[in-house]
Amino acid sequence: MADSGSEEIAVIGNTDLTPSESENNLKNTMVEKGTSLLKMMEISVAEAEKRTGKNAVNMQETYTVYLIETRPVDAASEGTNPVPDSLWRRYSEFELLRNYLLVTYPFSVVPPLPEKRAEFVWHKLSADNMDPDFVERRRVGLENFLLRVASHPDLSSDKIFYSFLTEENGWKETVFETGFQAKADSRLKALNATFRVKNPDKRFAEMKHYGDELQSVISQLLRVRARAADRLYGVYKVHGNYGRVFSEWSAIEKEMGDGLQSAGHHMDAYAASVDDILEEEEHYADQLKEYLFYADALRAVCRKHELTQYELEMAAQDLTSKKQQREELATGTIRTFSLKGMTSKLFGQETPEQREAKVKMLETQIEEGEELVKERNTECEEFVKSAWVDIERFKEQKDHDLREALISYAIMQISMCKKGIQVWNNAKECFSKM
Amino acid sequence: MSGFVVDSTVSSGNSSVAIPTDISGQILDLDEDDDLEVFSKDTTVTDGSSFNASMQTSPASMINQYKFEEDAEDTKDIFVTVDNPESHVTAIETYITYRVVTKTTRSEFDSSEFEVRRRYQDFLWLKGRLEEAHPTLIVHPLPEKFVVKGMVERFNEDFIETRRRALHRFLNKIAEHPIFSSSEDFKIFLTAAPGELTSYKKQGPGFLSRMGETVKAVAAAVRGVRNRPQEFTEMQEYVEAFSQKISSLDKVTQRIVREQKEYLEELKECGPTYALWSQSEEELAEPLKDVAGCVDRCCKETEEQVKNLNDNLIPVLHEYALCTDTLKAVLRRRDNIQADFEAKTEALATKKADRDTESKVLSLAWDSLVGRSPEEVKQQKQQKLKGEIKEMRDDLDKAEDRLEWANNALKSDWTRWQKDMRTDLRSAFVDTAERNVNYYEKCLAVWESFLHSQRTDAEGNGNVDFS
Repeated sequence: MADSGSEEIAVIGNTDLTPSESENNLKNTMVEKGTSLLKMMEISVAEAEKRTGKNAVNMQETYTVYLIETRPVDAASEGTNPVPDSLWRRYSEFELLRNYLLVTYPFSVVPPLPEKRAEFVWHKLSADNMDPDFVERRRVGLENFLLRVASHPDLSSDKIFYSFLTEENGWKETVFETGFQAKADSRLKALNATFRVKNPDKRFAEMKHYGDELQSVISQLLRVRARAADRLYGVYKVHGNYGRVFSEWSAIEKEMGDGLQSAGHHMDAYAASVDDILEEEEHYADQLKEYLFYADALRAVCRKHELTQYELEMAAQDLTSKKQQREELATGTIRTFSLKGMTSKLFGQETPEQREAKVKMLETQIEEGEELVKERNTECEEFVKSAWVDIERFKEQKDHDLREALISYAIMQISMCKKGIQVWNNAKECFSKM
Repeated sequence: MSGFVVDSTVSSGNSSVAIPTDISGQILDLDEDDDLEVFSKDTTVTDGSSFNASMQTSPASMINQYKFEEDAEDTKDIFVTVDNPESHVTAIETYITYRVVTKTTRSEFDSSEFEVRRRYQDFLWLKGRLEEAHPTLIVHPLPEKFVVKGMVERFNEDFIETRRRALHRFLNKIAEHPIFSSSEDFKIFLTAAPGELTSYKKQGPGFLSRMGETVKAVAAAVRGVRNRPQEFTEMQEYVEAFSQKISSLDKVTQRIVREQKEYLEELKECGPTYALWSQSEEELAEPLKDVAGCVDRCCKETEEQVKNLNDNLIPVLHEYALCTDTLKAVLRRRDNIQADFEAKTEALATKKADRDTESKVLSLAWDSLVGRSPEEVKQQKQQKLKGEIKEMRDDLDKAEDRLEWANNALKSDWTRWQKDMRTDLRSAFVDTAERNVNYYEKCLAVWESFLHSQRTDAEGNGNVDFS
């Protein structure tokens, strides 16, 4: 990467290269593991806009689109500051991208999208998707999603991701052409595997359990926090009534009037301060929500492991039973019950030619079975290896991010306390002049 | 400045009641008996003891009283406390008594320390007596009787404690009042043994005399006051407005307490949730546990803050809300006294007119029937009228004095009350603001120590930058 120098700029902004050449260059430079797109490109979701249009069933609908801006990293340092490339995307396109990534990189803990609908709201927050505050928070969440993907060692080098960022038209078709939907595991298949797998890797079982716990505890925390925010809002706002009454009271007093009046102003300020306080707390809630949804992604990886392990077990089981059948035929003993065996007992043995044919068939099947088991075994091992690497990476990221979140929560509380101290000290001064 | 100057208030031009501008001379002419009748008609203590001397307060001597109060501000010579509630069970009822301890250097008291037990009823009695003796002075309100809920609730610990504090404040206000603190009833209340108090209570003024006063009062009230001086109208308007404001403040504060309590309920669940989470984590377990601890500590502080509001601000606001009822009653009583005076003035004028325009025809006819001579009758009549008029004039003079006294008493006590109100409410709000500052300071310390511990951890691990 360091050697490529000015070629990197050429990759993105240079129009001399043909489109396919640029793409190849990029692909080549990014093939190196551990290179993240983010090192080369600035990505942001700069704006949100409302659009109206006809949907699939030809009905009018209003939806929001988000402006994705990209700009080569080196451009700023050159001093030129070119206009960023940009395109508009809807939330549903983000969802499509994520589903593609989920299927294509099942061993990766895929970053989550911000919530589709506002949940864990406290009363003043709107649950309306069109609400400007909600849209704004979603914009931030979408940007966060793109940045996370762009800094992921595996996901960031994906072509579809790159074209999501850079090609406005035809992207959807490109995604569908990959045929990823066909590769998706059905829910039923996954559920079945979960129940029937015999020997899953202990670590994955623990991780899945952890994912469950994480989801449950963060949900609870968000619920409690929302209720507490509601109440806190009430406490602050009622103080506004003090402002009103003090002001009215000051009108009938002579010496006390001024003190009361100014104290009233501070009460109003106190009541108003809660809006900012709670807005800041909303960011904290969003950070928690991201990991709430991450828990899901984590569990998805564990479920995929269970599925691959189960399929391996199934193949192995199948192989074993076929080998057993061969043995039975060879020795003529029937150890396991089979209808065929019984009928032959009742109706007479089969001919040697028939037996010969059966044995041959079994041999082929056994050969194929052994191949399959080998294949699946490799698949399973590779999956476990890659998935565990990403899970470890995720763990570190989670520990770091959540610690930061707790620290920023403490900082918010401190700021709230400082504001409170200031207001009440001011009020105290005014009261003492009463 | 709580003293007042008799002259300026009396001679203020806005008084349209016929109060002579220079009353000092006239008042001092009144003899003992009339003094007693006007100022202490309901007390039975007429032994003229030195303690009682201050009871015979004429407006002039009231000046001295108030001057004395200014000097006496720093030399409090009586200390009263109310504590130690105890429950008493008899066959008929269960009730609570409170211990009342008095420490004093006043010479009127036989000893320097007294300890008695009193029940709520006794406080009510004292208040009633003070109000009867001084209809236009402002008596601090008592905590309310518990009407709504029923027997069990009356003995709830919080209720008893709240009541005890209010009773303590009540007695202290009485002790600080220039007139009330010298009241014989007050002294008896503080010092008498239970049996003594009961028998003392029974010696009230006769039922009939009280009836008489009540009837007069009702009559006057029905009639209404005609020429209320502007300042009392202003007082009434102020009391109306103040009453609304203070009761609003009372309500707002109670609402704040309610919301705080509900906030506390929710906050109490946060800490345990963080703690629960810490059990699933490895690296994060420490910080999560720390956050849980911080939230729990903030909960405790919030709990205390709510308690403070309940124990300190709300009772004061509530008492001043009750005060407004007292103020309204006092203004009403003053009005009645004036109405009485006005009625008597009118009656005297009418009588005088009667004397001047006597109807001869009718009386002559009756008298001849009865067999008296016209001259005789005329003489008799004139005598009778003269007597009646003298009586009425005496009555009127007394009514005038009573009015004079009532007005001055009210005006000076009004000033005193306003000053007290200002002091009490100011300190209650300053106190509340201070406690709120403390609350936030404590919470701030909690979170700062968390940050500090995270920073030292991070520096230890060579981790993150905290800018």
